[in-house]
Amino acid sequence: MVTADTAIENNKLPDQKNLLVTIKRLARQQPLGTAGTLVVILMVLAAIFAEFITPYGPEDTSFEFMLTAPNWAHLMGTDEFGRDIFSRVIFGARTALAIGFTCAIIGAALGLVIGIASAYFGGLFDLIVQRIIDVFLAFPLIIMALAIIAIFGPGTIQVIIAITLPFVPRCARVVRSSALAVREMPYVDAARSIGFSHARIIMRHIAPNVVAPFLIMLTAFLGEAILLEASLSYLGLGVQEPTPAWGLMLRGGAEEYAESAPWVPIWPGLAITVAVFGFNLFGDAVRDILDPRLRSSR
Amino acid sequence: MYTYIAKRLLMLLPTLFGAAILVFALLRLIPGDVCDLKFGGEGGYVDPEQIAMCREMLGLGDPVYLQFFEYMKSFLTLDLGISMWTQAPVSEEIAARIEISVEIAILATLTSIFVALPLGILSAVRQNTMTDYVVRGISIAGIAMPSFWLGILIILGLLIGTQAWFGTPWMPPVDFKSIFDDPAYNLSQLIWPALATGYRYSAVATRMTRSAMLEVLREDYVRTARAKGLIEKVIVNRHALKNAMLPVITIIGMEFAFLMGGLVVTEQVFNLNGVGKLLVESVLQSDFTMTQALVMFCVVIFLVTNFVVDVLYATLDPRIRYS
Repeated sequence: MVTADTAIENNKLPDQKNLLVTIKRLARQQPLGTAGTLVVILMVLAAIFAEFITPYGPEDTSFEFMLTAPNWAHLMGTDEFGRDIFSRVIFGARTALAIGFTCAIIGAALGLVIGIASAYFGGLFDLIVQRIIDVFLAFPLIIMALAIIAIFGPGTIQVIIAITLPFVPRCARVVRSSALAVREMPYVDAARSIGFSHARIIMRHIAPNVVAPFLIMLTAFLGEAILLEASLSYLGLGVQEPTPAWGLMLRGGAEEYAESAPWVPIWPGLAITVAVFGFNLFGDAVRDILDPRLRSSR
Repeated sequence: MYTYIAKRLLMLLPTLFGAAILVFALLRLIPGDVCDLKFGGEGGYVDPEQIAMCREMLGLGDPVYLQFFEYMKSFLTLDLGISMWTQAPVSEEIAARIEISVEIAILATLTSIFVALPLGILSAVRQNTMTDYVVRGISIAGIAMPSFWLGILIILGLLIGTQAWFGTPWMPPVDFKSIFDDPAYNLSQLIWPALATGYRYSAVATRMTRSAMLEVLREDYVRTARAKGLIEKVIVNRHALKNAMLPVITIIGMEFAFLMGGLVVTEQVFNLNGVGKLLVESVLQSDFTMTQALVMFCVVIFLVTNFVVDVLYATLDPRIRYS
């Protein structure tokens, strides 16, 4: 909601301090969202600069220091192979982010295309596409993932496919319902009556108006993809050893030694939680900003 | 209304058929079949004749269209056939494990309802206050926390907690007893996985309750009610809540359908012999009959829940008229 003071602030556009002011205002309006964004930024930095942050290699084993409790040399302790958990958690951010972003972007983008096409062309095409989407929505996700892994063998690309597939129909459904409303707008009629091509109407008049639900779905997928990757890896169907991945770190030894070495399962799980937490808060803020109906009337 | 219900039921058929084709095709794309796994699993000498006989017996040598025909027939006659791995009837294998999964699903759903409604309403009514932030924090944490990690933490907490309190560590029992035979024993085993899963689903439902309430609280009739001078409690309970319930019911219904798939991970953590575990095993064992039956079972649950939710909509909200 534009209040008097924010309107004045907006008028200061050319001002050098403007960015800072905007950030400050956003931080005041969306404290949770700002916290989430901070987590996301920290994670991205950790993933990029993992080599410089970590004291040990993520796959370095040391039989001298197996299952060592957290100390100054090993901030989060070591696992049953003597690998430094802190290093693996930091490198795990790289795995999680790479898979999370790839899946969310591809899934949401494909959903956008299918959703708009289905709404715009309507008729029999819409009917058939929607029935196919029904099938994919109803199909148990874990079976799809299991089948893909069983067919192609375990691996990172397969995990990405398994996570992306269920995102496509969900985004398509949401985008379609928005696009259906946009299609009925007078300006679309006007564009059509001038004789614009389908491509132009879709690109210039419909797509920009469904960007909000698209972005909401995209940001929601980010956290979900990280969580799904962790679940699949935990079940042994995702990323394979010795790649550092949070879900994988909770598998096997982590459960076996949970009682005597609780630091082994605690840190990777905390990393997943904080990461998804951050992405969800970030996504919520994006939704609040893009969906005016939910905007608070402060 | 009745025409709508009939039409809606008719629309389920293509989805069911599509899902049936999808699972059939996916399974046949997996290299190696149940006979290879059964006799070649140990990596020792494999008698080709034995494998051929096994395939012959299970009908795996038949042309694909014949196999599909058999599969369709088994659904139409509701005779699910025998498991390719254990040779026991599929329906018996499922029946032996369904009780655990359904009980966890119901307990988890109850947990989520009892947590979500009060928290969601509170959060919406006190929007952008400390209460709101705390509730949203709790609920987003619930969505962020993997249920298998929460499961591990619960087990760890129980072990350490009982060790400190009673001196001997206690673990939930491993062998299953029906709730009808021994309710206390049964609950002491299944309440933990239900909490681990339920927390996550309560988080989803809390968020939905909050946003639905927020939307309704901005409606004109709520403003009218306020203008009339009604106290806030009446406005929230009588005017807003009823109208905010629709999306909440939808999400709880849909979550219940998803729960079936989500149980795979929970059952793994708590080492429970439920349907989720059976599902993973049967895919990995290329047990076609079992997997097909279980997948269709999940799909049917999903579709029926969605259908019931849609019909409930019209019953709860007189403004919605299906035609």
